[in-house]
Amino acid sequence: MGRPEKRLIDRRLGIFLAGLFLLTVAVPVGNLWMAGQPVPTYLVALIGKYLCYALLAVALDLVWGYCGILSLGHGAFFALGGYAMGMYLMREIGARGVYANPVLPDFMVFIGWKELPWYWYGFDLFPFALLMVLLVPGVLAFVFGWFAFRSRVTGVYLSIITQAMTYALLLAFFRNDMGFGGNNGLTDFKDILGFDLARPATKVGLMMLSAVALAGGLILARWVTTSRLGKVLVCVRDAESRTRFLGYRVEHYKLFIFTLSAMMAGVAGALYVPQVGIINPSEFSPANSIEIVIWVALGGRGTLVGAALGAILVAAAKTILTGALPEAWLYALGALFILVTIALPTGVLGALEGGIARLKRPAPAQEVEA
Amino acid sequence: MTHPHAIGGLPPETQPQLYLDGVSRAFDGFKAINNLSLVIERGELRAVIGPNGAGKTTMMDIITGKTRPDEGQVLWEQTVDLTKLDEADTARLGIGRKFQKPTVFESHTVEDNLALALKADRSPWAMLFRRAGAAEAARIDELLGTIRLGDARKRLAGDLSHGQKQWLEIGMLLAQDPQLLLVDEPAAGMTDAETMMTADLLKSIAGERSVLVVEHDMDFVRALDCKVTVLHQGSVLAEGRLDAVSEMPEVIEVYLGR
Repeated sequence: MGRPEKRLIDRRLGIFLAGLFLLTVAVPVGNLWMAGQPVPTYLVALIGKYLCYALLAVALDLVWGYCGILSLGHGAFFALGGYAMGMYLMREIGARGVYANPVLPDFMVFIGWKELPWYWYGFDLFPFALLMVLLVPGVLAFVFGWFAFRSRVTGVYLSIITQAMTYALLLAFFRNDMGFGGNNGLTDFKDILGFDLARPATKVGLMMLSAVALAGGLILARWVTTSRLGKVLVCVRDAESRTRFLGYRVEHYKLFIFTLSAMMAGVAGALYVPQVGIINPSEFSPANSIEIVIWVALGGRGTLVGAALGAILVAAAKTILTGALPEAWLYALGALFILVTIALPTGVLGALEGGIARLKRPAPAQEVEA
Repeated sequence: MTHPHAIGGLPPETQPQLYLDGVSRAFDGFKAINNLSLVIERGELRAVIGPNGAGKTTMMDIITGKTRPDEGQVLWEQTVDLTKLDEADTARLGIGRKFQKPTVFESHTVEDNLALALKADRSPWAMLFRRAGAAEAARIDELLGTIRLGDARKRLAGDLSHGQKQWLEIGMLLAQDPQLLLVDEPAAGMTDAETMMTADLLKSIAGERSVLVVEHDMDFVRALDCKVTVLHQGSVLAEGRLDAVSEMPEVIEVYLGR
């Protein structure tokens, strides 16, 4: 394996960003302006959803691939970002709901609430909702991480408590009296900032925004991981106590990257919700969070681009397979995971790059050290 | 954190850098450290020997704040209570520690390993924005010379040989600019030539800094040519020159068994 590149946009990221750019140009053209509409509108929303997953995968790769924190609860941060956006979209419905209550969302009227709970205040303002998209996952990650990292909970134990965290949130959000719509969640959204969510142009716009967010997330993650701080993260991953004995406060580094990653996951969730039209507690389910880990492992842990690629590949495979053979999906996912772990330990990206490198140098002189 | 009456028991002319008095620590009833007292003078080179389970590693854990003693005093520069600090604190105070198994950052280059160890602001925020400078490069060059890894600077630390990793780790300790180096079995797994070179390296470091070496290898300890402390069952059994110590009946008893 070569030494890590120091440039901000290395070849790997450059190629991916170029591909992403082509996608964001081709999809609108194919959907809105070409005769015969080669890109149907349902596909636009689907691609947009995959891009959100890709951003979520990049967020997990930051903590897992670079700092060795295997979070099995990253779906929670994604869902919280989604709920924050969903709350805005609910307030935006206003009097157009079934019960025509200008303030209360339908589900609150349905369970007989008379007043808006305090934690719903402000969500009628889009900027406030955006702030919450970042703050709610960020603050949860900070508080959770503060206790976990300070107590030096690591490895499997940390993974288990992150899983417990998302499970606890799942149970909480299922309750009607939490004020988040219970098991139905938040849905029936009408528009975002006045743009009708049912219109193809809005869907195209959201998909393009998702692409921009993914590109931004990748560049930010790359900038962080190529900085000195990023190098310390790798030190923590590979030799935590050596890092401590050099005078680094390992828990501060973990807290920084965990919080940043949670906020990124929140943004992914916020972009996801208007595109799929619903957010409900199933997003908190432990299986979802485990799937994120599979995306990253499959694509190539610690490569950022690989994580994004893995998310897109697995999500696309899921769409195709669950359409054709719904019962087979979980088995296929399990088989895929085992296969990749055994056959492609560096993930799809590692295998791809290895293959290309071999093509370039057809007869690799055995690298023997003197 | 200051203890004005801390060193009442010591003669006034001594200015110990590290002072352990009556330190004990038990794990599940087993006393790993039992009423241990030890004084390291500034600039001193000291070897600590003892059979397995004598408490050498626990002693280092206590000095570096990894383990809290049940009782006793651990003082740094006569004023700072080390029992209240953790690993990062003690590292920032100037206590460097080398592990028994060479521990370097294997996915970073040799150069980066040293750069990350250099004494500097360790906060995440500072590290996010720090860039390499000329002063830093010069310091790294100097360290690479000291540990004889100049040719390997661009190599990944994971590709180094066992002995080279040991030196790189010592180089990382020096980069921290510590006042005291705690070195755990540096000669383990080294060839005879490497062992002697390591002894020379540690001797050259002592004087300016204090060095405390834990070691099993008697040839290595002899090569260090310094005061020796024999640990046994968590306390000091004997202290003095190696020749004198190794003739004491109780030391022979411990080493040769019953």
